[in-house]
Amino acid sequence: MQGSETKRGSYLIAIILIVIFWYILSVVVNSPALPPPNTVLLSLISQARTGLLEHFLISTYRVIYAISLALSLAVPAGLLSHERAIDRFVAPFLYLLYPIPHIVLLPLIILLFGIGDLSKIVLIALIIFFQILVTTRDAARNVSDYYVYSLLSLGANKRDVYRHVIFPACLPKVLTAMRISIGTAIAILFFAESFATTKGLGFIIMDAWSRADYSGLYAGIVSMALLGFILYIILERIEARVCRWV
Amino acid sequence: MIEARSINKVYEDGTEALKDISFSVKRGESCSIIGPSGCGKTTLLFIFSGLLRPTSGEAIINGEPARLPDMKDVALILQDYGLFPWKNVFENVAIGLEIRGIPGKEIKRTVDSLLKSLNLNGFEKYYPKQLSGGMRQRVAFARALALRPGILLMDEPLSSLDALSRENLQNFLLELWIENKITMLLVTHSIEEAVFLGKKIVVLSPRPGRVVKIVKNPDAGSIEYRDKEEFFEKCREVRQSVEAT
Ligand SMILES: Nc1ncnc2c1ncn2[C@@H]1O[C@H](COP(=O)(O)OP(=O)(O)O)[C@@H](O)[C@H]1O
Ligand SMILES: [Mg+2]
Repeated sequence: MQGSETKRGSYLIAIILIVIFWYILSVVVNSPALPPPNTVLLSLISQARTGLLEHFLISTYRVIYAISLALSLAVPAGLLSHERAIDRFVAPFLYLLYPIPHIVLLPLIILLFGIGDLSKIVLIALIIFFQILVTTRDAARNVSDYYVYSLLSLGANKRDVYRHVIFPACLPKVLTAMRISIGTAIAILFFAESFATTKGLGFIIMDAWSRADYSGLYAGIVSMALLGFILYIILERIEARVCRWV
Repeated sequence: MIEARSINKVYEDGTEALKDISFSVKRGESCSIIGPSGCGKTTLLFIFSGLLRPTSGEAIINGEPARLPDMKDVALILQDYGLFPWKNVFENVAIGLEIRGIPGKEIKRTVDSLLKSLNLNGFEKYYPKQLSGGMRQRVAFARALALRPGILLMDEPLSSLDALSRENLQNFLLELWIENKITMLLVTHSIEEAVFLGKKIVVLSPRPGRVVKIVKNPDAGSIEYRDKEEFFEKCREVRQSVEAT
């Protein structure tokens, strides 16, 4: 408990320092393109009354949907790479498709999934799918046979091996990959929400920008940072719970 | 009953690990296997537990060829304990029972009483890395014993322990063997341990492991044996055949 107190304290200090730095920078720059934090805070509060929350929730929904989709495909595929025969089949696809900047597949995604929510979610999911798959696969291939033998000697079948050895042994690596993926997901979210939608934080930011509403623009940026921060905190809680053994 | 019938093992990369191994251990008997490191002792235990198949020859357990998963009477304790770092003490001990589909209530009862008898109660929630070597080894014993095996295979179970825990656990094993009439096969590279615990001592040669000698040790089976003249005499005898290899 004492640990989480000091942690909260250090987060508070970081926030205060960022705000001070921001304030000084806005005074030095002295331009409407960088309003001081108090102006942005006021704009944030007034916008929260007029629909910012809805945009925030829609963006949250898109990111969480995309992460869940990517996880539910990448983790099983990565874990099964522990099977040499499966890995020999999967690895070439991975090495051929992973280096492509997947964002260029956007036209294809729109063709297949339309210009609605689904294509935005698929775009985010596609990119983080590869990030999670590559890490999970490496972890699964490196699970020592020693643990597998240890379990098999107790009469385990294949399913037991995945449940009691491969999955738990890879879980810390999967969570690390997710941490990286959250950053990527939010960046792609911004890109995906900057066209063909009137909903989401990406839209708010682009819209405010085009109207030269700078305090609105920064209110959107702060909201996006908040979204990422909340996801990190949730992930950290999960990690502390399931990776106590590391 | 454990029987090795001219077992040979050559790994896929051409490594010859075992050559023409034959010996048997009767039900309720204890047998030590001693040999230099790399001579194929672990390989032999893996074959007896059904994890590996011999290249030729046969490993017979209770009259049947050793083959997983139908090895309900056999428990194996791996070198370096074989515990799962991601499972706590309770989960590590319970895992064998869980795999066999035993109901949770019964698992809890069995595990609780085993942990108590091994002085591990209170440590249920600890992870292996939080325990001393001696405690980890006791968790490994608890896990194996939870399955109530008739045959216990052990791969250098005490080799990384300090002298005191080592002697304690040797006594524990001896009592276990006397009280439960378990058939024990113990791999070790300590001559004293082999003589203290084995009614029979199989001496293996350097790789590829061959049976150099089978030393009979009828006096083993009491704690007091350790201090008797016959014990030291037997250790000398085993040492001579180990050094002759
Ligand atoms: N999977 C494997 N593939 C090839 N060689 C192996 C394998 N496992 C063990 N060996 C080799 O077989 C020999 C016997 O190994 P092992 O049974 O572990 O010996 P010990 O337990 O007596 O130290 C060693 O030379 C080891 O390097
Ligand atoms: Mg060994």
